[in-house]
Amino acid sequence: MSLQLDFPAVLERWPNFLAGAALTLELAAFATVLGALFGTLAAVGRGARSPLIAGACKVYVETIRNTPLLVQIFLVYFGLASLGLKFSAFTVAVAALTINVGAYTAEIMRAGFEAIPRGQIEAAEGLALSRLQIYWHIILLPAIEKVYPALTSQFVLLMLASSVCSQISAEELTAVANYIQSDTYRAFETYIIVAVLYVILSLVMRAGFWGLGLVLFPRRRRLGTPL
Amino acid sequence: MGGHLNINHLMFLGQGALWTIGLSVIALIGGGIVGFVIALARISPLKSVRIASGVYVQLIQGTPLLVILFLGYFGLAAIGLKVSALAAAGASLTLYVSAYLGEIWRGCIQSVPKPQWEAAEGLALSRTQRMMKVILPQAIRIATPPTVGFMVQIIKNTSLASVVGFVELMRSGQIVNNSLFEPFAIYAIIAVVYFAMCYPLSLFSQKLERRMGRGRSNLAPA
Repeated sequence: MSLQLDFPAVLERWPNFLAGAALTLELAAFATVLGALFGTLAAVGRGARSPLIAGACKVYVETIRNTPLLVQIFLVYFGLASLGLKFSAFTVAVAALTINVGAYTAEIMRAGFEAIPRGQIEAAEGLALSRLQIYWHIILLPAIEKVYPALTSQFVLLMLASSVCSQISAEELTAVANYIQSDTYRAFETYIIVAVLYVILSLVMRAGFWGLGLVLFPRRRRLGTPL
Repeated sequence: MGGHLNINHLMFLGQGALWTIGLSVIALIGGGIVGFVIALARISPLKSVRIASGVYVQLIQGTPLLVILFLGYFGLAAIGLKVSALAAAGASLTLYVSAYLGEIWRGCIQSVPKPQWEAAEGLALSRTQRMMKVILPQAIRIATPPTVGFMVQIIKNTSLASVVGFVELMRSGQIVNNSLFEPFAIYAIIAVVYFAMCYPLSLFSQKLERRMGRGRSNLAPA
């Protein structure tokens, strides 16, 4: 029982690791932006007057939140294929991750909407703001500010979860690792390096969201507290 | 291609579903024990213990479960231990679950109102007595809804054990698919089975949360 580690043999493949990390970030960025939009729409839809729209949004959120991402990815991958549609693994991965993170975003945003005091909306109506203005200035922006920390940790989790896309051969970081370890037979070293890279990526993302928060929410920066 | 879905395939999927539940229970118990230690270490009076446990949590929470599973599977083999897929998956999930449950429970312990800690100290209870007799019984009440909610995450995450060859629900679905090649239908069935396992837990967690919320609002100062 002796453990012999040979990191240099694996580290000389650093361009591959970097390319994988870049693709992981790219996947996460696409899915974060699209998922945030999609999820916000679903959260708005859950509060719709029409029971059909509200019900459809609830079914979407609950279905996604109670099934594994791996199953969802396979369903999108083979579902699109069985419809005769051919997409790249990257497109399928972005679509599946967007659908997935959209459901979690919807749930977080709903909590944000519910936290808006009724009086604020009544005051805005009293000031004769239009429906659209109320939705944007009184409900949406303050809600986002309130749930910003929860949203950002969800997006970091999404970046980590994108590792599952290796299973449909999207060439992100974990897929690169699988390839390198089968090439070098240095599995342990490979996955340690990849684990370190993921930790770095998640720290970078958290720092980025923290900085973005400072820019987006100047009131929070000045007062140090959310609304 | 290879015939139609028949009763044998369904039996095989059922067996996989049982292993999913088994692996989830292993992860919950193992992760619960380690997570409890982590939660206590995170609020230890010793700074070094707090830092070490904090680094542990950050490292695990910053790494995808899939990579932890590969590390467990190949790592244990690299140090010469020949382990089964079940042992590798169980160990990896234990690590993963412990980091999350540890953080959840730390929050619950710390959310026990400050006067309770002070009163226990004022009654000259030792640190252990204060924890066991005053803080933990209240923390467990607070911790129940998020812990039940996290069990849903555990069940879903056991699907990743399929990639190291452990035959749980997801892997048994892949095996059935290899012989039938009807991926959409089979993965849809798998999704329904996962939903049937997870949704009752989600509802239960929400119900507990609402009940807690009501209890707490009754206690709120006027």
